[in-house]
Amino acid sequence: MRQEAFEQEYQPLWDQLSEVMDDLERPRSKRRLESARLAEFPMQYRRLCSHYALARSRGFSPMLVDYLHQLVVRGHPLLYKRASVWGWRLLAFVSFGFPQAFRRHLGAFSISLLFFLLPGVLMGTACYLQGDMIYSVLDESTVAGMESAYDPASDHPGRSEERKSDTDVMMFGYYILNNIGIGFRTFALGILLGVGTLFILIFNGLVIGGVAGHLTQLGYTETFWPFVSGHGAFELTAIVICGGAGLLMGRAVVAPGPEGRLATLKANALEALQLVMGAALMLVVAAFIEAFWSSSTFEPQVKYAVAAVLWLLVILYLSLMGRRGRGSR
Amino acid sequence: MGGRTAGKSDGLIDTLGFYEIPEGVRLEFRLAGPVVRASAWAIDALIRAGLYLLLSMVLGLLGGVGMALLLIGFFLIEWFYPVFFELRSGATPGKRSMGIQVIQDNGLPVTPAASVIRNFLRIADFLPLFYATGLIAMMCNREFKRLGDLAAGTLVVYRDEKRERVHPPTDKVEKPPMELSEEDQLTLLAFSERADELSSDRREELAALLSPYTHRQGEANVAALYAYANWIVKGR
Repeated sequence: MRQEAFEQEYQPLWDQLSEVMDDLERPRSKRRLESARLAEFPMQYRRLCSHYALARSRGFSPMLVDYLHQLVVRGHPLLYKRASVWGWRLLAFVSFGFPQAFRRHLGAFSISLLFFLLPGVLMGTACYLQGDMIYSVLDESTVAGMESAYDPASDHPGRSEERKSDTDVMMFGYYILNNIGIGFRTFALGILLGVGTLFILIFNGLVIGGVAGHLTQLGYTETFWPFVSGHGAFELTAIVICGGAGLLMGRAVVAPGPEGRLATLKANALEALQLVMGAALMLVVAAFIEAFWSSSTFEPQVKYAVAAVLWLLVILYLSLMGRRGRGSR
Repeated sequence: MGGRTAGKSDGLIDTLGFYEIPEGVRLEFRLAGPVVRASAWAIDALIRAGLYLLLSMVLGLLGGVGMALLLIGFFLIEWFYPVFFELRSGATPGKRSMGIQVIQDNGLPVTPAASVIRNFLRIADFLPLFYATGLIAMMCNREFKRLGDLAAGTLVVYRDEKRERVHPPTDKVEKPPMELSEEDQLTLLAFSERADELSSDRREELAALLSPYTHRQGEANVAALYAYANWIVKGR
């Protein structure tokens, strides 16, 4: 068949197809064609593909080949794109996707925890025993700010002097920006052989442990521990989970599986992303607790009781949600 | 979905890549290189700076709640600005203005997970300064992928602008004086279809290469080649 006859024969089909694709590219509510015509799309698309292959192999004109190529490229995502329902996916993720992902990667989480906890405990002990040890990780003005924030004489614990006038709701915004940012960075820098993640984990361990040890040694226990113990359940756990996600990325680069480095990296990135997104949700909860509950002036006993409940909640959620009978994890 | 490669076609170094779809045909894409991607990034950086400024001016006036919204806005712009636009249309405003877009390496639109991964990993690609790590990564593979693209399985490619098919410049049909190979036929067809894109001087200059066969000069020579092209399309 010559090109001209070929074009005459099939141009009507291509025009129809183009019209159907216009319609499919519109949001569902604004479609104009009836569903019967849209249902013909897969059949028509496959015919178009064979026309394209034919036009190429017969050496038809570049412009015709290009025209068919454009149609094929346009149709491909319309046929294969996955539709998703956001609300459902979020609900499913929170109620079982995330805790399941967490349990799948308990190993990475444990290593992450180790690199956070060990420097924290060591530095905390050191700062508790020796008053000026804190200056090895933080500069003087930061330490002074910390000390004034948790001074029992202060009426608004957890806020340094200049932040005192700020409202709780503003601090909520600040915790979102700052803490979730740290979580995302802990994950993303893992691709650099895991080094970036380990650095952030160790550094945060040293600072948080150091501050805790230092303030305890100063005798600010009544203000510091009730303030941090509640939101810590969500915040610290989430940061360590992000660390685990970063280590998954690093492991794919350093020690890939039998599928090869690139395939392992892609697979691990999808797994890590679930951990990070779950951790981000936990950090939103943490920011809420930290801004509105931790800063309140309840008795320390009440604060500790609530903190115990929150820690239990986090542990139960991560270890039990989404278990399905025997065999699943 | 099938194999794909880029960087080499017919032994030439090229930025053309392809992926195979289940229908068994091969689709082509043109990869976007570091310079055009850097330009798109710079445009986006300006837009982001504008957004920060606008947000600060409006929400800064609203006190505590305004400050909270401002900080959350900063957070969203910092991490999700590219994700938002890539999921809506495959390209941030910067990329769109440079005529490029993000796709999955199987040719489908970028997925939410892939978009988040490739954009979060920007901070690793950025290190130590101005995407140095990303640039090195792009040099090390055939598809100009930075670390984020490698992990997410995404490609940055040129967006096909919609081209209208043009009609042949003449209706005359003439049989070529000699047997033409398929490659020669395609060259003639391409010449005829690009008539509008070339100046008349350039058309005559190109056609002059064939005047030993057509025994014609100037305008008439060009017209003869168009007529041969029509013959290839229509037959005798």
